[in-house]
Amino acid sequence: MSDALFWHRLHFGFTVTYHYLFPQLTMGLAFLIVLFKWKAFRTGSTFHDEAARFWARIFGISFAMGVVTGIPLEFQFGTNWSRFSHFAGGVIGQTLAMEGMFAFFLESTFLGLFLYGEKRFGPRMHLASAVALWVGSWLSGYFIIATNAFMQSPVGHGIGPDGRLQLESFWAFVLNPWAIWQYLHNMTASVVTASFVVASVGAYWSLSGRQREHATLALRTGVIAGLIASCLMVFPTGDRHGKLLAEKQPATLAAMEGLFESKPDAELAIIGQPDVMHRRLENPVVVPGMLSFLVYGSFGSTVTGLDRIPQDRWPDNIELLYYSYHVMAGLGTLFIALMALAAFLLWRGRLERTRPMLWALMLAMPFPYIATTAGWMTAELGRQPWLVYGLMRTSEGTSPRVSAGNTLFTLLGFSGLYLVMGILFLYLVGREIAHGPGTPDHQTRTTRTPGLAGEVG
Amino acid sequence: MEPLWFAIVAGMLAVYVVLDGFDFGAGFLHLIVARTEGERRTVLAAIGPVWDGNEVWLLAGGGALFMAFPAAYAVGFSGFYLPLMLLLWVLILRGLSIELRGHVTDPLWAAFWDATFAVGSTLIAIVLGAALGNVLRGVPLDATGTFHMPLFDTFWPSAHSGVLDAYTVLVGVFTLLALAGHGGLYLAMKSEGPLHDRSLRAARLSWIVAGVLFPLVTWGTARVSPELPGAAAQRPLVWILAALVAASAAALVVGLVRGRPELGFIGSAGTLFTLLGTAAAARWPVLLRSSVSPSLSLDAFQAATTQHGLRVALTWSLVGLPLACAYFVFLARLFRGKVRLET
Repeated sequence: MSDALFWHRLHFGFTVTYHYLFPQLTMGLAFLIVLFKWKAFRTGSTFHDEAARFWARIFGISFAMGVVTGIPLEFQFGTNWSRFSHFAGGVIGQTLAMEGMFAFFLESTFLGLFLYGEKRFGPRMHLASAVALWVGSWLSGYFIIATNAFMQSPVGHGIGPDGRLQLESFWAFVLNPWAIWQYLHNMTASVVTASFVVASVGAYWSLSGRQREHATLALRTGVIAGLIASCLMVFPTGDRHGKLLAEKQPATLAAMEGLFESKPDAELAIIGQPDVMHRRLENPVVVPGMLSFLVYGSFGSTVTGLDRIPQDRWPDNIELLYYSYHVMAGLGTLFIALMALAAFLLWRGRLERTRPMLWALMLAMPFPYIATTAGWMTAELGRQPWLVYGLMRTSEGTSPRVSAGNTLFTLLGFSGLYLVMGILFLYLVGREIAHGPGTPDHQTRTTRTPGLAGEVG
Repeated sequence: MEPLWFAIVAGMLAVYVVLDGFDFGAGFLHLIVARTEGERRTVLAAIGPVWDGNEVWLLAGGGALFMAFPAAYAVGFSGFYLPLMLLLWVLILRGLSIELRGHVTDPLWAAFWDATFAVGSTLIAIVLGAALGNVLRGVPLDATGTFHMPLFDTFWPSAHSGVLDAYTVLVGVFTLLALAGHGGLYLAMKSEGPLHDRSLRAARLSWIVAGVLFPLVTWGTARVSPELPGAAAQRPLVWILAALVAASAAALVVGLVRGRPELGFIGSAGTLFTLLGTAAAARWPVLLRSSVSPSLSLDAFQAATTQHGLRVALTWSLVGLPLACAYFVFLARLFRGKVRLET
């Protein structure tokens, strides 16, 4: 049984992590595409339309990957986590069903229009469908975050006579404070990812001396949006999220920070390796009192450490949780520094002449993906050992009749399939970036088949 | 509340079969009726703007099932673990084939995705039919309230048979033919010239074979689920739906014979929808029939969430479902008429 639990967890962890590589780009990119389309619509600038069209092609590839890797997630609630679905379906079924009805229909309708319909239906409809895609994908995000927020900090529910969860207050459940801060934090992160990708592509064009005008636009958009979004990640969204964590999941906060003892003037660990067996942090580099200050606003406040929490309520992989959190927070801080410097150079008009900065921006592309993945690992590992915090343990949520062998088989299948898809994605996106928006490619684009991107041009 | 939600979930899943069904059927016929690059591009352009929206009915219907009847979702999905995972892989590959084919202009690239599209669509149509067959035949739900089935065991239907046995494979083949007929009519409606003619011929042939198989499927259903016909005959709703099946089938036949694909398509959509509706109305209130003992079957009342939860969901569904239908009508009107390739 314990074997099966491990494979079920890895199965969901792998498929959800892989899936989210795509929506984090498309949600943020949808927002930036709306900005380009809006500018083009207002000023009649064909240049901005060209930029929007280019990013729409990247968006189309990423969106397709996101759609097909998203379907297995809804299924897995039933296939791999049947006792959890049975237990919590009465509550979280609401948001999952609403996502289908309010977000998926909207997105899928306007995706077709957005990718196929520019020539046929004109600029007004094209702008409207870009906006609809943006709204649809951000709505979808809210329903999923509200579902996750219930698992992190359950509200609005009751327990029925049969022991199953039932909905008591719809609005309390949907407007869970946890959901609101987690949502803002997460959506800002998707703008960070998209901005870094746009800036990185701009830096690549600029360094290689091609697409000069588009390089300038991509760099300007990416750096400004990237700086704003990176700052919003820390304050207020990250800050408020952290305070909620201290209130609702003190065990998680203590484990994330490697705080084994409760104390006032609690220090913030910058670096250090947790030694859980001996309950200490090795080679620590710390800022004294900082953790108390960040959580409670005063240095003297006492922060609960793991010593005050029964060991059977500790997250079950403290080391990985600690590193996930530190990778996320560390990268987030570096993002602000990088983008602030780039924005300063941009303001002075020197960004495109400062080649080391362009190199840094170009190579920074993977890091928001790593930071976002680490952030979600912090949330999910931090929730352990609970599946629904305080109500159901993860070990109680699996499907009793699905063996470790079956789960491993399908995990291997997904791994192989997703590897092939990853290669396809990189190949197709790499091709588009090398091709660029401004080249006289009218010939090749119109002779493409109407699979998707072909009709965009 | 339970009967209403049973009807909503069944209705959404039936809409899914009707809508995604025509693009599965088109996929099955893709390599047969579309022979030139232009014809293949026409097939993909005919379903390109709509297939994703069609597939959303599966996700939305699944979501509604999860919300309204969590116990059935949990038991059913975990019980059908392996077939569902195989279905997911095929759905993924098929979705990619439609979306990625157009990104590279190369005959090998196109040929690969054409084949993936055709094989994927064919397999999904058979699996959907087999899934319906399993729901009608029943699953080995035991006293623990759960079940586990191998993919196949004894091929002749018995208490030990797996997901695939003679009956469920028969339903799968019937579904493939019916959806091929349905998809052929859709293609005929959206195309001109040789593609139109071949699609119409394929639709005729598919529906003729499906029509021949239908009595066999009905007989098989009565054999594997003996209590079904008796219960069904006493329900007025079943008779009404059966009459609608007959009326839709008549429209389908007229459309096929006179070579009017629009009429035929409406007829085949109606036939598929009302056939599934009839099956659901006959099956009520059972969600998962136990092949071990009828007393172990899982019904809508046992599986449902609370009345409050169902009422809340009904409130937002009254906004959401009309919106979904409005999007569909809006999209269908925008892309109405024959496909014109932009060259």
